[in-house]
Amino acid sequence: MSKMNMLQAINNALDTAMAENEKVLCFGEDVGVFGGVFRATSNLQQKYGKARCFNTPLVEQGIIGFANGLAAQGSVPVAEIQFADYIFPAFDQIVNESAKFRYRSGNLFDVGGLTIRAPYGGGIAGGLYHSQSPEAYFAHTPGLKIVVPRNPHQAKGLLLGAIHDPNPTLFFEPKRMYRASVGEVPDEDYRLPLGEAEVIKEGSDITLLGWGAQMEVIEKAVEMAEKEGISCEVIDLRTILPWDVETVANSVFKTGRLVVTHEAPLTGGFAGEIAATIQDRCFLYLESPIARVTGIDTPFPLVLEKEHLPNHLKVYEAIRASVDF
Amino acid sequence: MTTTKSKVVYSPVFTDGAEFRIPTFKLLKQDGSLYKSAKAPDLDKEKALRIYRAMVTTRILDERMLAAQRQGRLSFYMQCTGEEAAVIGSTAALDDSDMIMAQYREQGALAYRGFSIDEFMNQLFGNELDYGKGRQMPVHYGSKKLHYMTISSPLATQIPQATGYAYGQKMAGEGHCTITYFGEGAASEGDFHAALNMAAVHRVPVIFLCRNNGYAISTPAAEQFAADGVAPRAYGYKMDVIRVDGNDILAMYQATQEARKLAVEHNRPVLIEAMSYRLAAHSSSDDPSGYRSKDEEAVWREKDPILRMRLWLESLKWWSEDDEKQLQENMRREVLETMKRAQKRPPPALDTLVTDVYDDVPPHLAEQFEKVKAHIRKYPDEYPKSAEHAKGGA
Repeated sequence: MSKMNMLQAINNALDTAMAENEKVLCFGEDVGVFGGVFRATSNLQQKYGKARCFNTPLVEQGIIGFANGLAAQGSVPVAEIQFADYIFPAFDQIVNESAKFRYRSGNLFDVGGLTIRAPYGGGIAGGLYHSQSPEAYFAHTPGLKIVVPRNPHQAKGLLLGAIHDPNPTLFFEPKRMYRASVGEVPDEDYRLPLGEAEVIKEGSDITLLGWGAQMEVIEKAVEMAEKEGISCEVIDLRTILPWDVETVANSVFKTGRLVVTHEAPLTGGFAGEIAATIQDRCFLYLESPIARVTGIDTPFPLVLEKEHLPNHLKVYEAIRASVDF
Repeated sequence: MTTTKSKVVYSPVFTDGAEFRIPTFKLLKQDGSLYKSAKAPDLDKEKALRIYRAMVTTRILDERMLAAQRQGRLSFYMQCTGEEAAVIGSTAALDDSDMIMAQYREQGALAYRGFSIDEFMNQLFGNELDYGKGRQMPVHYGSKKLHYMTISSPLATQIPQATGYAYGQKMAGEGHCTITYFGEGAASEGDFHAALNMAAVHRVPVIFLCRNNGYAISTPAAEQFAADGVAPRAYGYKMDVIRVDGNDILAMYQATQEARKLAVEHNRPVLIEAMSYRLAAHSSSDDPSGYRSKDEEAVWREKDPILRMRLWLESLKWWSEDDEKQLQENMRREVLETMKRAQKRPPPALDTLVTDVYDDVPPHLAEQFEKVKAHIRKYPDEYPKSAEHAKGGA
């Protein structure tokens, strides 16, 4: 065990994967000697050489096209997109190519070895082009897996899980937590399962569901609610696609209430998908409407970021409203 | 910091690069003889005939399948007609285990590598033996054993993938390269530029083969780009480039042979611009009479690459009228017989609706599939083909 922040845990996961299998490669913009703008790939080039950890030209569609080809060849590429906001030039390569390689070839070819890492989310004074949470765009595309870790321990285990998963995986890293979140992380290789939510805290009155940086927000809101005697069950979804309907539904059977929160805008956000599925499953058990606490339907602002973000107070208010319904 | 080492001038000097003129490499005249100072590449009789048979096979397959499409037996088809030498000449110059990442008009490469007429037909009719399990439109072939990546409809996406694939081959150190085919229209896509730049920077053993066939559906090359073809773009990336008469089988073969050496032995990516002409329509849904003249087509019909090769083979006494007649008859018969067979085969099993989306069928898909099956059981007559599989509890 070592104390690490989330960046160190991610770096450690990449190091672990590269040491174990020479087919693992890391690349992206400034990823080489510089270690990436957030330093997630620090020292990997020095350790594994320029052929396995390198800078690419500034071309996201090229990075992911290249990564798709590498993965089809049998390599295990871990491609970095510098900010999730800049993943859109690569949208075609991800949704039309990565996601459909196996299906369209009848399983002759696949890009299962592919992992795409991208820092997402607000709270860093990054404005509209350094703060977006684009998971819902990709969640609409069958064939991808989408994973978001909440802390260093989860980050290492889930990233190794993603690298070893036989499907193309998008790994969105909550950049607000990169250095803010510190915790004990095992030094050895360990893999957390994809597609499984984790019940972090058990409770009986209401279920709180989120992922990534929102888990910290939920924790604060729950602290406030529990002081008032509201018993909260907290679930980290961890994998957005395919998501763990069973765990969430079982929780709602028990509590009868659900609040889902994410940073992305409300309309078409993934909370909508969860709400629809859970009301289908749990209709007769619900004590109140499923609540969504999300960013509002604007581009992500710069100065008014605090007002825009679904913070702990907004989540707390949603808990209150749900319990008092 | 910049890496440009340029001369300094003290008044504004503009250039559009017009001083760079890329020559066209040719060896074989239309009458089957060689140009005066040209020397035929090292191509033995066996290989020459393998190439020729693949060209004729491709032409006959195309003619027959277009006719089948017109008869309503097939939903869609795309012909290679006019471009057989560009595709097959280049493929033949590679090692048979080199990777091919094609666009959609390169069935000749598959024919050369030994994809059987049965295999073509199973894909075209999307039956239970189609490797792609009936999921894609006709002509989206793929073959793992022949190292031919399954075709994808979005244009140019295979080009940066080829760079990545070839980088993996370089890392594996097995002495292989990747060739990727695309048209001059696809070369306008961002993926093309991304791919060439990355390949040049990272010294990737990949051959980019542009079939400059004059038209991107109805858009003529002159409305596609302002430059002297696609080839000069390689200068901008510091990449080796050659322009070849794409209807000249010998020139295509030799140019690709040399390109492969540069790629595999020196890790230098190469761009080949094959100057040809799409004699057929873009696809069975296209009608070229709306955008080009019969006269223009007639000029290019005179440059038929298959006839040109045949005359060369005959001049060497490697091929005869009888050989030709026999090949044509056998191939036509085989195409018709296999078409009938393929059409009669059942469609893919119903569970292929949800398999291969992921390595395994996840719970939400399994659940959705159960609903589909239950629905089909309720309305079996409305889903005749699928229902049989559903009843079998697929």
